[in-house]
Parts: sequence; structure tokens; C-alpha cells
Amino acid sequence: MGCWYACNVLRCCSERTNLRQHGSTAALILVHGSTDWLESSVIVKLKIFRYDPKKDKKPDYQRFEVDADPMDRLLDCLNRIRWEQDPTLSYRWSCGHGICGSDGMRINGVAGLPCQKLAKDFKEEILLEPLQVFPVIKDLIVDLDPFFERYYSIKPYLIAKEPPSDGERRQSPEDQHRLEEAIRCILCACCTASCPVNQAKETAAYVGPAALVRAFRYLFDTRDEGLEERITLLDHKDGAWGCQTLWWCTKVCPKMIPVTKEIGQIKKRIYETTHSKK
Amino acid sequence: MNIQHDIVIIGAGLAGLRAAVECAGKADVAVISKVLPTRSHSGAAQGGITAAIGNEEEDRWEWHLFDTVKGSDYLGDQDAIEVMVKDAPRAIYELEHMGVPFSRTAEGKIAQRNFGGHTRDYGKKPVKRACYAADHTGRVVLDTLYDQCLRHHVRFYSEHYVLSLIFARQRCVGVVAYDLATGELHVIQSKTLLLAAGGCGRIYKTTSNGFATTGEVLNLAYQSGIPLEDMEFIQFHPTGLYPLGILVSEAARGEGGVLRNGLGERFMERYAPTVKDLAARDVVSRAILTEIREGRAIAGKDYVHLDLTHLGEEKITEKLWEITSFVRIYLGLDPVHEPIPVRPTCHYVMGGIPTDGDGRVIADEKGSIVPGLYAAGESACVSVHGANRLGCNSLLDLLVFGRRSGLSMAKEVLKREHPPVPTQPLKEVEERIAGLLGHPGVEKSSEIRREMQTLMTDYGSVFRNEAGLKRGIEGIRSLKERYKEIEVRNYGNRFNFELTEAIELGHQLDLSEVILLSALNRRESRGAHFREDFPQRADRYYLKHTLVFQTPRGADVRYKPVKITRFQPEARVY
Repeated sequence: MGCWYACNVLRCCSERTNLRQHGSTAALILVHGSTDWLESSVIVKLKIFRYDPKKDKKPDYQRFEVDADPMDRLLDCLNRIRWEQDPTLSYRWSCGHGICGSDGMRINGVAGLPCQKLAKDFKEEILLEPLQVFPVIKDLIVDLDPFFERYYSIKPYLIAKEPPSDGERRQSPEDQHRLEEAIRCILCACCTASCPVNQAKETAAYVGPAALVRAFRYLFDTRDEGLEERITLLDHKDGAWGCQTLWWCTKVCPKMIPVTKEIGQIKKRIYETTHSKK
Repeated sequence: MNIQHDIVIIGAGLAGLRAAVECAGKADVAVISKVLPTRSHSGAAQGGITAAIGNEEEDRWEWHLFDTVKGSDYLGDQDAIEVMVKDAPRAIYELEHMGVPFSRTAEGKIAQRNFGGHTRDYGKKPVKRACYAADHTGRVVLDTLYDQCLRHHVRFYSEHYVLSLIFARQRCVGVVAYDLATGELHVIQSKTLLLAAGGCGRIYKTTSNGFATTGEVLNLAYQSGIPLEDMEFIQFHPTGLYPLGILVSEAARGEGGVLRNGLGERFMERYAPTVKDLAARDVVSRAILTEIREGRAIAGKDYVHLDLTHLGEEKITEKLWEITSFVRIYLGLDPVHEPIPVRPTCHYVMGGIPTDGDGRVIADEKGSIVPGLYAAGESACVSVHGANRLGCNSLLDLLVFGRRSGLSMAKEVLKREHPPVPTQPLKEVEERIAGLLGHPGVEKSSEIRREMQTLMTDYGSVFRNEAGLKRGIEGIRSLKERYKEIEVRNYGNRFNFELTEAIELGHQLDLSEVILLSALNRRESRGAHFREDFPQRADRYYLKHTLVFQTPRGADVRYKPVKITRFQPEARVY
């Protein structure tokens, strides 16, 4: 731990930034009287998917090397490539700490957020590719319109008749707590893009885990009065029953939401509701 | 082809979406955003939204008013603050009705927690006033408001970048927007336009702000002849995760976390004997940096510790899940067992585009209205935060004044038709882009940006003085010269972020100069603006708002009075 703390302290020193630009390690050693930090500077090797469907016949991969601090995020490495090596590289990013959901992509084949991954955790070349399921617009950017359309299809809003004219509705902490994991969702699309059901052509109409997490959030909100409407939306082969319990969504979720379990609870609620009628 | 909407909103954060929800159904509304839906930086707000609803203990709007005025170091306009704090309970209940999943008390009411500077009985002791949903309040409110916009068919122009505001006979009539996915330019006409695109924290090296918070709407207004108000007041949040600067919510201290220096001392006892770690942010940030300057940082480094270890695992994981995950991911530490390294990080701009209480943009110190133009949220300066914003008052500001702007715009568009739009602004933007793309420059955006961030951090952060500010201004002006020779190597028209970042940099440089100039001219210390050479507040000379105008002769600094209704300035002690 001490090693990278020291390294990061140095990172904040303007000397290091300036010297690094000039590549003068000797001068740096004079300034700080130590070479400890040198051991912690790493070369990150990346192999990145490149494709502009408007121009290129087929996708290609391009290799880059970035001089990074071990505690740098992969997003920092991508930024540095764009600023210093190839300004045409395209990917989305915004908050930089896993709350906005912009930068979902495949990292060594598994969907995740490069703003949540640190350089120090990779020893080999890192393969970066766009999310599956959605059409590529350019490089690591995919068209998320179909994602948001499916999201909208589950009626992602509270259906309730008359709230009290002034004041709040009550909800027990236990009832609220049931939603606590689902409301961590940042709509990064990693789950839906990783779902083998969404990936297969014949079942691609499946609404997908992200939309179902939001459906769960409203279905199990004790303030919601849209049970029947919601059950109708979810009770079909491309709704909750599209889920084949393959767990990929849960595995990749950057916010550690138990997605598969929540879909399971939706299925149970559908079963209970439709059978209690009969 | 020109696109027409009654109401156009720039920015899809909380202020913009709250305004959109208000207008939807009453008028044809469109929201333009640089990013996809729910990516706006309001989503990173963690701790809560203040309202004196008294669910946990007795509270009154008068106390909230006093705390906000005192927090603003008496620079906030008290009439506007009164509007905000009186409307706060309604704003919270309304969110609850829309479905925001607030955390709850044992009786099932909306839960509330302590936050810095919020007290009972005019400063006697901390009060639980911040309504919250664990530590992802901003995100769940953003999601809920977005869902409401979908439900009411608000039109979104996502990944569209505003390059110019269009005026016709002094009235704002629309924008020129650049479609990031295609590189096409669109003229989007409006009967009223709302600027709600956040602040400009990315001007500094270390910030809690997302990469998109580059402040272009502030500068677009400034370049259109609209002044910028109180830009010297930049909030540094005391607890940025070291070294990245990611926000570690004040909720951590609201839930009982304490700050400790290298000697293990709970040093805030010395700086704010009554409320200690729950003092206002400017006070705590200065305290942390003073500890570091005087050699009491952790192990001789440049940070202090935020200690949660006495709170217990259950409370930490239940109420502070997000920040716990940040600490685990980015530092490999577990806050349940180890203290968190923190230091101040640039967080919020108190200043902005001057508006009245209904979001209408004000053109001068006399209060003249700019027809057709509104502003809300961090982009605006109402001013409810004055020289220092209290935690959780920003979400309240967004909701209250976002809604009021929406109400006001919906009323205004009823009696208006689209006026003819001049073609000149589109031509100018086309020429500008062609100039940037076809220009064989020598300067790199990333280089100039780094130097700008260093200058602003060295001379325009928590501690300032005349020599430094002058050096900073000189440095920024020389960067502006170099910026004229900027090189854009990417000539592509699809997701050309090199182009948009180069344009952003131009805006950032202008704003940097405004910030430093405002700071240089305020020869006193007030709220977040601390001058080492003038360490006292000087009400006799500076109890007034700064207004900086762009003129052909350069920036012109003028002032307007503060509105004081109930509380006369007194010494600010926590």
C-alpha cells in the first residue's frame, strides 16, 4: 500500500507532471531523492476495437501502449490515448467513477466500466471491445436507442392514483429496503449486452435484464398501484419469462445488483398473481 | 432545416428535467444534452436534499433560512432564499409522489440526516434536515425525473452540443447545436430557452465534477453580453477521495464520521467548537488545508483522514454504500476498518448567470430582463448560495428554481410565436468549425488544459492573494493567445471529441479569467473566497454581488447590492 500512496503523492506534484512530459527521470530522482515511485509506474498495453461502419469494410484492432500509474483507471488510459496518440478513438465517458453509466464496454471479453478498473490489476495486454447486442456506431460506441426503448416499454414510472394532497405516503424501512439494490442501477447496459438470450437472434426481442431491474423496482414498490398493468407487460416470453437464469447479468453488474434473483422474484410475483385469480 | 420547439432546455440534469416535467403537457418541450439520458452530473449527488419537514426532530423553515444566509456569509439574496426554503417541503413531497425511493424512518416517514451548517434554533446544534436515499440521492431523483419526462413525451436531443445562442432584436430565439453522432449542425428555435447545464469544475486539476462539466453555457451567455455573477466563489468540498478527488459525501460526517489529522486529533473541534465536523464546507476545507500546511497531515503527505471506523459495518454499508464502494475500488481500502484519505476537491460554482426568482436571466445591475432566456441550477445565480453553498441546498435549488423556471416559461410561450431567426449565427458556427478543422495549429488542447488547471489550482483555489491572482490572470491570458494556434488533428464528423474538447477549452479559458478577475477585485475574505492578504470580511465595501461583463475593451467588473430582508450580517462562527 505504501508504495502506491507514495506514487500518488508524487503524482500530485507538478514536478512530476512537468518532468514526465520531458521524459527526464534523472532530474526527478534529484527532486525526490528516491526511485521508489519508478517501480510503480507501469506500461499498459491495450488492443482496441476500431470500426467506423460509414467508412470501414470491416472492424479492425489497434494496439496502444500507455505509460500509467498503477492506480490510474483504464478510462484514464483511454483518455491519454485520445489526447496524446490517436484523437480519432471514440468511446463514451462522463463521471469517471461508476455513477453515470456512460462507459460500458467489454474488457477482456467481459462487460464492465473502464472507470472502475485500475491499471495495476492487469498484467497482460487488455482487450477493449464494444458491448454486444447493440449496433456499433463507432469504435467502442454502440447505439443505445434500442436499450432505452426497451427500458421505456416496461413503464418505468410509479403508477399511483391520488397521492395525499400535502404530505408524504408512508413506506416502512423494510419495504423501501427491498428496492435498495435495484435503485443502484445506472443503466450502463452491461447486463443486457451480456445476456446470451439478448445475444441470440431468435430470442433477441427479450426485454433484457436492465429493463427488468427497473420493472422490479416499481413492481415491488409498495406505493405502486399498477400491478395488473405491469404483470401484463411482463408475463410473456419476451418479458420476464425470457430470462433463462444464466446469471451473466449478475456476474457483470458494476453496481453488484442481484439481477437474476430480482428477475426470479418478478417471475414468482407473476405466478402468484395469475394463479390467485384462477 | 430549422427545428422548432416552444421550450428548449439545455442540460438534462435535475434543474433541466424538473423544468421539463413542469412544462410537459402545457407546451412542446425539448431537452438538449451533451450526454445520453441519466448521464448528467446531478446523478453524482450523494447526500440528500434539505427541507424543514421535521420528520426526525423539530425543524422550521426560519432556521433553514438563517442557516443558508449564514452559510452564504451574508451574500445570498434573502428574498430568494426565503422562496427556496419555504417551498422545500412541497418539493420533497412532490418527489415522493413521483416515486423517489427515499430512505425511511421507523415510522415510515422520509428519513433525514445531519449535514454541514444545518442547525436548529439559529445555530445552537446540528439538525437532521437532509432528506436522502442512502448515498445515491441525486441518481435516484435523476432517474425518477427522467422517467417522468418519458411518461410525458419530452423530446430529447441527446449527444447534442450547443455551440451558439441565437438572438434576434435582443430576444433569445434558439441555439445552434452540433450532433455528435453525425457532425451535423441544427438550428433549434425556441420561444423560451433555459440554460441548465451545470457548472465548470473541470477548470481545476482536482474536482468531483464529471468530464462534461466544462461550463460552456456560462460562457455562451457571457459572450452574448450577459454578465456572470459572483464567479469568485468556487466551492471546494472538504472530502474529496485522495488523490482522484471523487466526492465522499458530507453524509459520511452527517452519519457520525470525523476528520482526523496526522496526530490523530479531531481537529475540527478547534475550528468550529459548536458543530465541529458539521461546519460549513468553506470552513472545513480551510481547516483541512491549514492542518496540511502546518505539517499535521497524515504521515507528512497532503491529506487527512475521514474516520468512519466507529460507525459499524451495518450503518456504513446501509447508508453509505456508494462511497464505500468508491473507496474499495479506487484505494483498495475498507472504510469499515480503515480511515479514508481525503483532501478538498473543486465541487461547485456558487456564481453563474444572474436570474430572478422565476429563472429569468438578468442583463445588468438594474435588473433588466433578457427576453426569451432563462437559467436554473448550478449554471444560474439567483443568488441563494451567496459566497458558500450549504450541502444539500443545491438539489433543493435545482428542484425549486427548475420548477419555477418551467412554470414561468410555460406561461410565457402561450402568448408568443416563433420570431424569424437570423442566419448569421449558423454561418459563424460553420466558419468556426471549418477554421478549427482546417487550421494547421501547433498547440495541443490537452497541454493548454493541463496548464490552465495547474494555474487555477495554484492561484484560484481555497487560499488566494493578489500576487498569485495577478500571476494567474497573466498566465491564463497567455494561454488564450496560445489557444488561437490550437491544433485539431481529427477531421472526422462522427464523435469528434477532439473538436468538442477544443471548443470547451476556449470556454474554460474565458471562465478562468472571469473567476480570477472577480477574485482579484474582491479585496476581502468571504465564504469560499479567502484572501490571505485581506483575511477579514469587509461588509462596508464588499457586501455586494460581483458582475463581470464582456466588453470590446475587455472584462468590466461591476457590482450590485445584496438583498437583505431579515438577517443583518454578523460574525460567522460555527
